[in-house]
Amino acid sequence: MRYAMVIDTLKCVGCSDCVVACQTENDVPIGYCRDWITETVNGAYPNIELELKSERCNHCENAPCVRCCPTGASHQLVNGIVLVTGDECIGCGACIESCPYDARYQHPDGYVDKCTFCHHRLEKGQLPACVSVCPTKCMYFGDLDNPNSEVSELLKNRKHKTLAPEAGTKPNVYYLI
Amino acid sequence: MTTSRRKFIKISALGLGGVAATTTALNMFGASSYIDELVKENVAKTFKRTATYCEVCFWKCAAWTYTDEEGAVKKIIGNENDPHCYGRLCPRGTGGVGMYNDEDRLKTPLIRTTVNGEQTFREASWDEALDLIAAKFKGIKEEFGAESLALIKHGAPGKHLEHLYQAFGSDTIAEPAYAQCRGPRETGFNLTFGSWIGSPEPTDIRDTKCLVLIGSHIGENMHNSQVQEMSDAIDNGATIITVDPRFSTAASKSKYWLAIKPATDIALMLSWMNVLINENIYDKEYIEKYATGFNELKDHVSTFTPEWAYGITGIKPEEIRKTAREMADASPAVIIHPGRHVVWYGDDSQRARAMAILNALLGSWGRRGGFYFKESIKVPEFPAPEYPHPKWGWKEIGAKYPLAQMGITTEVIKCAIPSEDNKYPVKALMVAGTNITKSIPNKKLLEEAIEALDFMVVIDTMPMDVTGYADVVLPECTYLERYDEIRSATNREPSIAIRIPAVAPKYDSKPSWWIAKEIGERMGVGEYFNYTDYKEVIEWQLGQMGTSLEEMEKIGVKNFPRKSGSMYLNETGPHEFPTHSGKIELYSNELKNLGFDPLPNYTKHPEPQQGFYRLNYGRAPMHTFSRTANNPNLNDLKSENNLWVNPKVSRILGLKTGQEVWLKNQDDIISTFSIKVRVTERVRWDSVYMVHGFGHQEKKLSRAYGKGINDTELISSVAIDPIMGGTGMRGNFVTILTENPHKNTEI
Repeated sequence: MRYAMVIDTLKCVGCSDCVVACQTENDVPIGYCRDWITETVNGAYPNIELELKSERCNHCENAPCVRCCPTGASHQLVNGIVLVTGDECIGCGACIESCPYDARYQHPDGYVDKCTFCHHRLEKGQLPACVSVCPTKCMYFGDLDNPNSEVSELLKNRKHKTLAPEAGTKPNVYYLI
Repeated sequence: MTTSRRKFIKISALGLGGVAATTTALNMFGASSYIDELVKENVAKTFKRTATYCEVCFWKCAAWTYTDEEGAVKKIIGNENDPHCYGRLCPRGTGGVGMYNDEDRLKTPLIRTTVNGEQTFREASWDEALDLIAAKFKGIKEEFGAESLALIKHGAPGKHLEHLYQAFGSDTIAEPAYAQCRGPRETGFNLTFGSWIGSPEPTDIRDTKCLVLIGSHIGENMHNSQVQEMSDAIDNGATIITVDPRFSTAASKSKYWLAIKPATDIALMLSWMNVLINENIYDKEYIEKYATGFNELKDHVSTFTPEWAYGITGIKPEEIRKTAREMADASPAVIIHPGRHVVWYGDDSQRARAMAILNALLGSWGRRGGFYFKESIKVPEFPAPEYPHPKWGWKEIGAKYPLAQMGITTEVIKCAIPSEDNKYPVKALMVAGTNITKSIPNKKLLEEAIEALDFMVVIDTMPMDVTGYADVVLPECTYLERYDEIRSATNREPSIAIRIPAVAPKYDSKPSWWIAKEIGERMGVGEYFNYTDYKEVIEWQLGQMGTSLEEMEKIGVKNFPRKSGSMYLNETGPHEFPTHSGKIELYSNELKNLGFDPLPNYTKHPEPQQGFYRLNYGRAPMHTFSRTANNPNLNDLKSENNLWVNPKVSRILGLKTGQEVWLKNQDDIISTFSIKVRVTERVRWDSVYMVHGFGHQEKKLSRAYGKGINDTELISSVAIDPIMGGTGMRGNFVTILTENPHKNTEI
């Protein structure tokens, strides 16, 4: 089992529904977020390209945040999900510094917080909140160890990329381009 | 009445405050996240879900409100059986919890008063506020007639108050949704096909092969099912053609982006017609069978070649030909989208006509992948006496615009200004669910009219700017806290949805149905409100429709089979269109008889003078009108608007991204607040762009106050559509001020 998210940038309109859905699902305090939208504009009028995409923790196979955590609060499950155990976290912020995606934030309650792939929903057989709400259906979620899963099929058939591959983190969030 | 009586009151005054009962939501996982035990506990947690439909915009997506064991509102999730959202709400719908949680909400009725010579509001009981409204309304009714009581409304609350108005004998009713938004397209398509577009638009986007967007920015407007269907169309490999001077989100998804010079769309469409007819690639069979006036159209467009249009629009002739052929290839599965906010330059009904004619030439009306024939189910009227017949109303007020099919807000408002030739004196105004200072242009006129009123009531959930002009402000509860009308939607299949309160009203707020009933009873028309709870009305109606509240509580949405036949043209026999001739009217005798162009023409519109830029505005996906700017969840996503400026312009003016600037328009109107520049290639050098709905002046909106610029205050030049009275708002020009023009004045 290796959970992965695949996001189709050709469909994303950058509406931020994923951000609000995550906030209400996970009680992320107002002013903080576990996922966010980036907008990249290239070219000059009228030959322009625009890429919109939803970003979050990449649940990296080679996760620097897990390696640098002094207490073991940051850890990785066998299914690849990277989690933080709140009451083991001392809020030192080393993981925040080590993350090339800036995916973690200091929760006002004193621990570090980030995307969990909605681990609690997966337990119930539900998709992550962001995936289930997206009005453009541009987000897919599934098991990369299963060659017949939707995410495996998409990565087989479509041109894609990951973010900051040079960091060597082996991310599990893929972008169709 | 003193002249300063209606001085804008910042609601923060007197007796308010101190009661802000902010309920900080408990962390769902407890203070420490993701301890396995807690995750398990959370997995086991049960929510109660209550059916509703969304009121954050006008799309009215059916949804479930989730409350936890303590009864707190946790989240709102789309109803999977709803054709408006297919189980996926947009960010505003998901963020509807913020509308409920907003600690800045109106909390109690307010009455205008004077303390030590200063105007302010004082808190009042519902009885006192309602008694005052009923007494004032009755007095005006007796002296001037019920017609002199006007209503400007939007959304679900408006419906209940409309009932109240009609019950006491006034039809002086209007909403910005018509003359400030989609009116022209309804007129243009109605003249051509005999049917309104209506809402949601019957565009068969999911099955289209070619979607043509003219200034329509689907994706930035989150008209939910349409956004979803556009995404499906992308998956299906449909071609998207976007005509927009700005590189919109939709433009970035398009095979062709035609970066048109603003205000020249009709010229482009005439040249498309020219190509379709000249190259013989229009749907000949369809036109022969269903349309009239083709020869007149052919003659009319014969000189409007792509070369002619190039000089006007800036779009190269080969691009015009290529895109016209692309549409013809996809025909009839092609949509020239009618757009939604279409009040631009004053010839908007004619632009809508051009769109309708193109759709006809491509044979898309009534065809799969084009426009389907929508159907809805009628909700039976709850028994009540017949409404009295007013002597005049919105129709008479708007009579000089012969094809106005709904009330024109600006004309109704003008009637408040006394003058000798004003036959329709408006003396009191009720505003419900719309922030008219941001939805209606020409603030000077608006303020003059408001000043002249004898009495004004505002009903809202939030202390919007417009509440500051009221004599009485009534706090409405949000859609999560009330019953409302049954939502009957026009769609591929008819459907209904219900709204049931998930929680009790917060503070001292009340539902609009209750407000309408209480005022009605006090005005002696209680027989129109023969119920104690609106629930009884819904129960009765659902029973008549063969379902029940009990069933609807469980399913939220009910879809019904079609009764009007196929949703596409039945091409085996003849088809009668609901027009005068029974055919699609390419040439409009109706327009000709009224003295208007029977076929659309391109007219040159004013252009910016040197140093000025056309003020274009649009939507952001996470906001609706000006009503969501203070919503804590949505404000968190976008708290202010930015001024989009092309790099060529920023180089000349020395502007940088993030720099604070002010705007001055062609009539020397200066923006109240500043806006931050965003230098971007996505906008043309002759125009600037901002998202509508910001620049709130009401301090009580703690998050939204003073953030960004209110585009509407800079719209003082209004080009009126002579056919239906729409207020064209895209002919305003601004210059950019880098020094604070208000340095020595207090706002």
